[in-house]
Amino acid sequence: MNLLLPGMYLATNSALHRLDPRVKMIAALVLMVAAFVAHRLASHILLTTFVMVIAMLSAAPPAALLRTLRTIFWLGFLMFFFRLFTTPGQPFITMGSLVMTWEGLLAGATQIYRLCLIVILSALLTFTTSPAQLAYGLEVLFKPLIKIGLPVREFTLVLTIALRFAPVMLEEIDKIGKAQRARGVDMDSRNPLRQVSSWSPLFVPIFVAAFRRAEELATAMEARGFRGAQHRTRLYRLCIARQDGLAMLVTCAVSLTIVGLELV
Amino acid sequence: MPLIELRGVEYAYPLDGGGQVAALRGIDLTIERGEFVSIVGPNGSGKSTLARHLNGLLLPTAGQVCVDGLLTSEPHNLWAVRQRVGMVFQNPDNQIVASTVEEDVAFGPENAALPPDEIRRRVDEALATVGLIGYRSSPPQMLSGGQRQLLAIAGLLATRPACLIFDEPASMLDSINRRLVVEAIQRLNAEGLTIVLITQTMEEAAAARRALVMHQGRIMLDGSPAQIFEQGDQLREWGLDLPTAVEIAHRLRSMGWRLPPDLLTIDQLARALC
Amino acid sequence: MLIRVEHLGHTYIPGTPLARSALRGVNLEIGPGERVGLVGRTGSGKSTLVQHIAGLLTPTEGQVLLDGVPAHERTAAGRAVRRRLGLAFQNPEEQIFEQTVLREVAFGPRNLGLSQSEIVARARWAMEMVGLDASMASRSPFMLSGGEMRRVALASILAMRPETLILDEPTAGLDPRGRRELIARVCAWQVETGATLILISHDLEGLARVVERVVVLDCGQVAADGLARQVLSDDARLSAAGLDVPQPVMLLRALRNSGWGVRTDLLLPEEAIEEIVHARRGAIPVRTDKETA
Repeated sequence: MNLLLPGMYLATNSALHRLDPRVKMIAALVLMVAAFVAHRLASHILLTTFVMVIAMLSAAPPAALLRTLRTIFWLGFLMFFFRLFTTPGQPFITMGSLVMTWEGLLAGATQIYRLCLIVILSALLTFTTSPAQLAYGLEVLFKPLIKIGLPVREFTLVLTIALRFAPVMLEEIDKIGKAQRARGVDMDSRNPLRQVSSWSPLFVPIFVAAFRRAEELATAMEARGFRGAQHRTRLYRLCIARQDGLAMLVTCAVSLTIVGLELV
Repeated sequence: MPLIELRGVEYAYPLDGGGQVAALRGIDLTIERGEFVSIVGPNGSGKSTLARHLNGLLLPTAGQVCVDGLLTSEPHNLWAVRQRVGMVFQNPDNQIVASTVEEDVAFGPENAALPPDEIRRRVDEALATVGLIGYRSSPPQMLSGGQRQLLAIAGLLATRPACLIFDEPASMLDSINRRLVVEAIQRLNAEGLTIVLITQTMEEAAAARRALVMHQGRIMLDGSPAQIFEQGDQLREWGLDLPTAVEIAHRLRSMGWRLPPDLLTIDQLARALC
Repeated sequence: MLIRVEHLGHTYIPGTPLARSALRGVNLEIGPGERVGLVGRTGSGKSTLVQHIAGLLTPTEGQVLLDGVPAHERTAAGRAVRRRLGLAFQNPEEQIFEQTVLREVAFGPRNLGLSQSEIVARARWAMEMVGLDASMASRSPFMLSGGEMRRVALASILAMRPETLILDEPTAGLDPRGRRELIARVCAWQVETGATLILISHDLEGLARVVERVVVLDCGQVAADGLARQVLSDDARLSAAGLDVPQPVMLLRALRNSGWGVRTDLLLPEEAIEEIVHARRGAIPVRTDKETA
């Protein structure tokens, strides 16, 4: 296991880990919406404090949480400058036709802050909920949709298998990349022609390996009695416990308070 | 009634450019409950093909395969057959479906639509049997190759099979992990499970009580490992080796040394010489 | 090519909770034409070490010098020296992507920028070296058997005419005959070209037939480095590193412990037999009768 993905599941046992995945997903969504509803300083403070409390309850290392913000660095950068230049208001620097306003500065900063909040909330979700729990939570949430013909169970199975093999395939891609580099393929070339010609030695073996793996896995699944995603029971049962009710209550309370603060 | 019975089994498949490959030519085989059988042969001898007939993954083009009295050619028998006969494959990774150990062990019972409490019971039982209880919430990547094979075994044990087939389970593993797997197999057989071990490593074949040698789709030899190894020249002609201890014992005997028969391991040889 | 590994250390994903130190303070020198075996249990750092030697990884400590040039350097000198080294990963047939065997084998030479005629000549030579019939040149490599595909992959590296060849578990997954043939061909190639050979293998008995020197890795450090005969018969050191001694050594050691006056540093079955016969000659027969032939 030599590669680390941002937001990977950390199998510790925090208060957040013990919550039902459905509750966590819904709460995360509610709080993300609240981030966009909040405009007043009071709302922002309340929301930020709440998220920090959640982060502490998750026992996730702060450094790891902050590192996930790297993924949105360029997006945040662009959004900031967009807001900076296009928000009408009191100018503080003028460069020809480009005007930076104080309001723009504030709007840009707020936008970045909201984006960071969303990323941190997502990271808290993925740090404390295993891929399997997430998939299963989604399956249970969307179970009613089976009645209208949506392949919810099949989708969950596909998702689970994809998540299970993601690290394996990443290592394989790494290995094949190295093997081809050892044969003289220049993967880091600036020359666009060279770049394209370095795709085939990478993609063909990976596709072949993926298909072979899929066939072997399908055979193994068949040998283990798999006959389709229907009519299967599950090891896990999701049950709402006291802490889930409490978490949902507090989250709703915080969100409603924010809405209330905005309406006043 | 024997657990597995093959009568006149043949298997051929078509080639892309026309023509056929006869992978199995007239196999007659009986495996009784509790046996520990190893099947050896070079690549292309048909041993994997034969293994896949034992749980209905492949159906014979002629002849019949009976598991516990059930014909594998009847579609409605297949699931009962696969509950009785489980298979562990060569690549430890490509038979693990779930992202955590206990979830993967649960895959089989989930397919059988057992109630969740029963699934939990069986998962715990199976993990305890192979010694992986401490890893129940770990992702499979955290396990060594040998431990992943133990995980595969646990997944099969959870469906309470009568027989386990191992298709070269240790060929991708180093010596420590290989030993882990072979010892687990021996323990399972001691507890009453019927074992069929496909292998190219002659030391592993020697661990069984009965060995079959395959060559070009036919069973050429069938006997105890010691009996098989007496045909050293024949084995070499078919592309196989002898375990080092057996080779040394043969050579010494050919020089006139009198050694007891049935010397399969270095330990036994050393004791016989002293 | 002179390979110098100086105080090499490598940590995967440093600075995270999953950081793993794969190599620590590795010092090694391999001269031209040497045949070296690299052994150790899974996770001991063998693959990481050879990837550093091939310049595919950047050291977190120390350095690897190939003829005085840092192996991983992205300069013209670095590229030039890396071109003289060939590395085959485990299951090298997984790197195959071309539509014909000839194109696949010619891939390496193509990347070296050689003339068309030189490329084809090298490809054909490499195919012969690994025992692939010339008639296979236009077949799809994906339609071949596993053993044939492995030979194609190996040929594609030999065609680059490396001065140093590193093979990571070249015989894994092959049947006994396939293993013997591959090792024989690699040996023949090494003798013909005088190249340096570094071989990673779990099959210590097979290794003993090819290499003169063995390096043992344990937890990312060099646990032993010396003549094959000495290193592979040191069962204390090997079992500490999670390995078994070759079977002939095991036998000789068991006999020695029972009072036989035999050497215990013989790695091959035929050597062990000779030693046993020699030791018994003239001694009082206990349970074995030796009749004069």
